[in-house]
Amino acid sequence: MADYQNYYVPEQSKWPIIATVGLGVMLYGAASIMVDSNQGDSTGNAWMIFWAGVLVMIYMLFGWFGSVIKESRSGLYSPQMDRSFRWGMSWFIFSEVMFFAAFFGALFYARVFAVPWLGGEGDRGSSNMLWEGFQATWPLINNPDPEAYPAPESVIGPWGLPLINTILLVTSSFTITVAHHAIKADNRKKLKIWLAATIALALVFLFFQAEEYMHAYQDLNLTLQSGIYGSTFFMLTGFHGFHVMLGTLMLIIMFIRIQKGHFTADSHFGFEATSWYWHFVDVVWLGLFVFVYVI
Amino acid sequence: MSAVAGTHAQDHHHGPASGISRWLLTTNHKDIGSMYLIFSFTMFLLGGTMAMVIRAELFQPGLQIVQPEFFNQMTTMHGLIMVFGAVMPAFVGLANWMIPLMIGAPDMALPRMNNWSFWLLPCAFLILVSTLFMEGGAPNFGWTFYAPLSTTYGPPSTTFFIFAIHIMGVSSIMGAINVIATVLNMRAPGMTLMKMPMFVWTWLITAFLLIAVMPVLAGVVTMMLMDINFGTSFFNAAGGGDPVLFQHVFWFFGHPEVYIMILPAFGAISQIIPAFSRKRLFGYAFMVYATGAIALLSFLVWAHHMFTVGVPLAGQLFFMYATLLIAVPTGVKVFNWVATMFRGSLTLEAPMLFAIAFVILFSIGGFSGLMLAIAPADFQYHDTYFVVAHFHYVLVPGAIFGIFASAYFWLPKWTGYMYDETLAKTHFWLSFVGMNLAFFPMHFLGLAGMPRRIPDYALQFADFNMVSSIGAFMFGATQLLFLLIVVKCARGGVKAPAKPWEGAEGLEWEVPSPAPYHTFTTPPDVK
Repeated sequence: MADYQNYYVPEQSKWPIIATVGLGVMLYGAASIMVDSNQGDSTGNAWMIFWAGVLVMIYMLFGWFGSVIKESRSGLYSPQMDRSFRWGMSWFIFSEVMFFAAFFGALFYARVFAVPWLGGEGDRGSSNMLWEGFQATWPLINNPDPEAYPAPESVIGPWGLPLINTILLVTSSFTITVAHHAIKADNRKKLKIWLAATIALALVFLFFQAEEYMHAYQDLNLTLQSGIYGSTFFMLTGFHGFHVMLGTLMLIIMFIRIQKGHFTADSHFGFEATSWYWHFVDVVWLGLFVFVYVI
Repeated sequence: MSAVAGTHAQDHHHGPASGISRWLLTTNHKDIGSMYLIFSFTMFLLGGTMAMVIRAELFQPGLQIVQPEFFNQMTTMHGLIMVFGAVMPAFVGLANWMIPLMIGAPDMALPRMNNWSFWLLPCAFLILVSTLFMEGGAPNFGWTFYAPLSTTYGPPSTTFFIFAIHIMGVSSIMGAINVIATVLNMRAPGMTLMKMPMFVWTWLITAFLLIAVMPVLAGVVTMMLMDINFGTSFFNAAGGGDPVLFQHVFWFFGHPEVYIMILPAFGAISQIIPAFSRKRLFGYAFMVYATGAIALLSFLVWAHHMFTVGVPLAGQLFFMYATLLIAVPTGVKVFNWVATMFRGSLTLEAPMLFAIAFVILFSIGGFSGLMLAIAPADFQYHDTYFVVAHFHYVLVPGAIFGIFASAYFWLPKWTGYMYDETLAKTHFWLSFVGMNLAFFPMHFLGLAGMPRRIPDYALQFADFNMVSSIGAFMFGATQLLFLLIVVKCARGGVKAPAKPWEGAEGLEWEVPSPAPYHTFTTPPDVK
């Protein structure tokens, strides 16, 4: 075993316990905000708890990633360690896929089963007795109980902003791949240009997404409260947008690290993981474009 | 080779740090494994106490001790604590301790994340248990938290419950990622996949299930959160949603979840039976394939929990046949365990007693599962005590006996001392009798029509309920004996050799007992 490079196991680390406290406090705060506001109480204290948790989380993220980067750059990591990170990141992305699968599942169930049944279709047609005369349509622009859930006037068509956003994200997947080839060829200048282009595309996407939400809320009465169409629309696009935001932050951090001279042609897993994540976000969007907007 | 690895390790590494910081900051898989196991046992006692409250109330008909609202909180919290706090962490603890030792790895692949996975659990359960003291009480809608009970009619603390579930999910997903990365990347040279001990195999497959379904659980509680607090209508038909959607998404998580709680026990039993039969495991390859088959089928059977809510006939038939199909790979496993014992030189130490009881009693639980899987019959059994009997038969003598068997099997390796065999056998027999007394009469109660999650019942159910309660008290009290045995074993006794069980095989028996703080820092060569 002479050629075996020791697998790096850090002696002790304070980051996990800090992360636990941060996450626990943050989520306890978030729950308190919701419960307090539902009961009509003041949410001031809850917000303080929440932000305290967020601050701890930010401190932890910088600290934990910082120490991993330091260890990696001082050559403590063996190729075996690198493979652990690769497995870790791939399975993390798989878990994210399954998270989105739950919401896609909800969308399909509502469209294929729940709404048609409410409209009296099939042998489950007895549901129609609940709201007699309810017409099943998709997009659902007449809710069974319009008093409780005021329906949207119309929904967002696919061929305007969503199409532009699709083009933006697909293009960004190409630009990040060009950047990836550049890092492998050790062409730093090309790398920076194409990574910057990716970030720019991501930011424009986010801007259009915000624009679309404003349009939906202000002009179309398409909101979270406007029935199952609004619920699935905002939860799917919202979680996707949140992941784009996260991915964009990751890309920006990669850009800063590259500016600082991090990464080499054969050691750049941080960058590669970010690009994996970016492709994942892109693929989810394609699913959204097809199933939420087009069909 | 192993002894060399052991002494070699000491040259490079210090022992554990002292004081509380050892446990808070540790990256050591053995420390983290121990913390998981201790946490799990604490939750087992807490969830068990709640079960005692339930059984005390059901000792006689009529309302005696608690109010129905509190009774509902007890059944809910008992289920949640046992599933997410006792059984799952116990198996993760065993995985942490044993997988690196079994595959010849220096530690888990991502040691810091490992520590985070553990510490998130006490955090999550602190939030969950604190709901008992909140205005409106703890969650009271059953551990399956069906909408609209949990959304429209749930107590305010439901939001805290949701975030607690989120934290448990994060913990489980990271724990599972760690197991997969460890198994796929950290095996000693020569340890090919088909040479891995069964416990490692079953955990690899369990970890895959965890990563596939815990995010779905996170998804369904997120939908609840939005329905409760932000006016979405996922589970409200008035907005075009459907409460049945909740059940579909929940059980898409929930069914693989029951295999998450049993597959590692299958693995541990597959280590223990060969050791005490002094034979190799019969049909190793088939055990691996059967585990994989069970895991894949577990994704296709979720609606068998929902036959009575109005699933279309074609759906009922599909889910019925798919469910019955699971009996085939499970049958392969039971056959192989029995065939391993056949003509072996058996000795009946405590781990083996628990293992044999596991095979027999888990099979009973499996058979009642087959009865429940038959859609037309399920209309009769649904939501009765027959269901309670069924899943307690797979979880108590299945998962929990699997954990006890593992604990006794590996305690000498963990502590360096032999446990007290007489006390352990007493623990087994009292648990065995208590558990059967508690859960077997529930079959009859359920078939006679007693509904679950009800604090009061009709007079004709009185006798069986009293027997059941007596059995439950017996089983509950007996677990304090287990605590005593483990504490006693940790503090001293007969020194354990590196391999205390004559017929045991595997790398974990080649390091000294107790296992040194760092093992296999240089990988062993596996022939």
